[in-house]
Amino acid sequence: MTEKNRYFVSGDEAVALGTRLARPHVISAYPITPQTIVVERLSEMVEDGSLKAEFMHVESEHSAISAAMGVSSVGARSFTATSSQGLLYMAEGLHYASGGRFPVVMMNANRATALPWSIFGDLRDSLSQLDSGWIQVYVEDAQEALDMMIQAYKIAEHKKVLTPFMVNLDGFVLTHTYEEVEVPDQEMVDQFLPPFETPNKMSIEKPMNMGFSTSPADNMEFKFQQHKAMMDSIAVIKEVDQEYGDMIGRYYNGMIDTYQCDDAEVILMTLGSVTGTARVVVDALRAKGLKVGLLKIRYMRPFPEKEIQEVVKNAKVIGVLDKDISFGFEGTIYTNVNSALVRMQSHPQSYNFVAGMGGRDVSKADIEEMFMDLLHAAKGEEIERVKFINMGVEING
Amino acid sequence: MDNTAIKKINAKNITDKEYFYGHKACAGCGGSLAVRQALKVLGDRSYSVLPAGCMAAVGFIYPQMAFNSNAVISMFPGSASMASGITAGNKALGVEDTHTVVFAGDGGTADIGLQALSGAIDRDDKLIYICYDNEAYMNTGIQKSGLTPFGTKTTTTPAGKNLPGSITEKKNLFEIVAAHDIKYAATASIGYINDFINKVNKAKQVDGTSFIHVYASCPTGWGTPTETSVEIAKEAVDCGLWYLAEYENGEFKLNRNPKEFKSIPEYIKKQGRFKHLTDDQIKHIEAARDKKWARIRKNWG
Repeated sequence: MTEKNRYFVSGDEAVALGTRLARPHVISAYPITPQTIVVERLSEMVEDGSLKAEFMHVESEHSAISAAMGVSSVGARSFTATSSQGLLYMAEGLHYASGGRFPVVMMNANRATALPWSIFGDLRDSLSQLDSGWIQVYVEDAQEALDMMIQAYKIAEHKKVLTPFMVNLDGFVLTHTYEEVEVPDQEMVDQFLPPFETPNKMSIEKPMNMGFSTSPADNMEFKFQQHKAMMDSIAVIKEVDQEYGDMIGRYYNGMIDTYQCDDAEVILMTLGSVTGTARVVVDALRAKGLKVGLLKIRYMRPFPEKEIQEVVKNAKVIGVLDKDISFGFEGTIYTNVNSALVRMQSHPQSYNFVAGMGGRDVSKADIEEMFMDLLHAAKGEEIERVKFINMGVEING
Repeated sequence: MDNTAIKKINAKNITDKEYFYGHKACAGCGGSLAVRQALKVLGDRSYSVLPAGCMAAVGFIYPQMAFNSNAVISMFPGSASMASGITAGNKALGVEDTHTVVFAGDGGTADIGLQALSGAIDRDDKLIYICYDNEAYMNTGIQKSGLTPFGTKTTTTPAGKNLPGSITEKKNLFEIVAAHDIKYAATASIGYINDFINKVNKAKQVDGTSFIHVYASCPTGWGTPTETSVEIAKEAVDCGLWYLAEYENGEFKLNRNPKEFKSIPEYIKKQGRFKHLTDDQIKHIEAARDKKWARIRKNWG
């Protein structure tokens, strides 16, 4: 690595740099805050010739995903990006792309969903689309964002996977924060990520009819194949992470990452950029002799069931930080984690912290409060099962 | 475009090769006739995009695929954008001399697909967009679309004591498309098949977006005998309720300017969808036609 490979960029710019290295043939995207800088940078790269791609100025997110599928249907590599309302406007296309087995790669800037309007970050947009059949990864910093753009194509286009891939970045906290990133050499990325090859395409040599309809006699088998591909992608995600680390020098530990979990009595689970803050809190509490650990969930789909079970098996209590809420129940990540826990012979008690919605800051003090709650619960004290952190109003009853 | 260089296609020189067969369209389907004829003009190097609608429903029932060339079903509002993606993907891959073509109905074009169509024309993406207009949402069982004319009985515009069926006029899709200053746009009818296939042939040469709005009868939705589909689509033109025109190089051109219109009541009375119309309502339709033609003749002459 040389000095010239290091750049001081925002999360959005890191996504653009990573995407350029993956050599997409076509970019179809519609601007939306806080994703906008990604498409601005990519259009500049196309203009200055540093990215040889078609840039399609689509008139909506619906057309962005629709065009991306068209690109993929002839065996070309496509890229799109969106956020919040845009992701929801694409919702039809999300299911369509996964059902059509089009390995489209998309960056999503996690942002609150209206109403009320908010351009700031939370995870309600992508988590509401968990069942759309996309692989979903949540990155912690700009470097991981850049690296995952490259890995995303390798995983999505793998012949056992052929499933679209969503790389999620926390709106503003990550998309607009500047960090130093290391940009791998193009030659090395080319070696890691060969051109897209697929039998699932239309061509002049071998005409094909795609995107057909099925009767009840066949539909379930297609859906089962989709499910199987997603389950098979767990092994591919791990292989690709290993290969990327061996070639480029950075490993992300596959489905999840852990910090101080080995002897932890209580473990907090987080997604995305808040993990960095939580790591600092873990250090502070460990210095006081408290046995706390941190589990970073990287992938929400496929879900890291076995990986989570393995890490939490000796913990007394676990907590899940959700920057979202499934109204009328609990945080969506919490529901998923609980489902993994109940399949263990014996499992730790679990609690949910709903925090940071609509861009509200999640401070070190907030995270410390979560850990202290979990430590109280570990001593057998009663704490709230689903707790809203840092609320501006009194909650009665 | 130099029109003199384009060789005319007719029944004698059109290919015998079939690209759309074995499908499950209703007997007498005008839409399937338009697709079949257009694909014969476009040939082997074509990529068809069809939104969820009649032709998608009858052509792609797994495992029986009815297209002999590349074809894909798009999302209902996304046929133009998916077609744009196919064109862009092929261009980026260096696959040359291909024809991306959309076959979408009136609902898929004038209503839910209009935004994506507008975007494609704005970008001037190289694709041919063919709207087969059977004047209602036929695939879902005959509901009113933006191209359903005044006085049509559909399952969502029932004709009764209080309403004459549809109470709105047919949306002016051809001129909406032309207003984008598209490179080439045309109207056609399956009743004038030579005119239609030669317009497809013209659209095939356009380096950018082209659009053809083809009037395509639907015996099921119109309440007409299956063997009169071509005849009724011709009659629509002859009585002035449809017209054959082109938009090219910024100019409108009327291809057929009848000295005298055939009878609207005769055209209307052959169709179950119009059976309920009163004399006054038919007079309203005649007056609307005359007003439209006065404008067309004045501006496009």
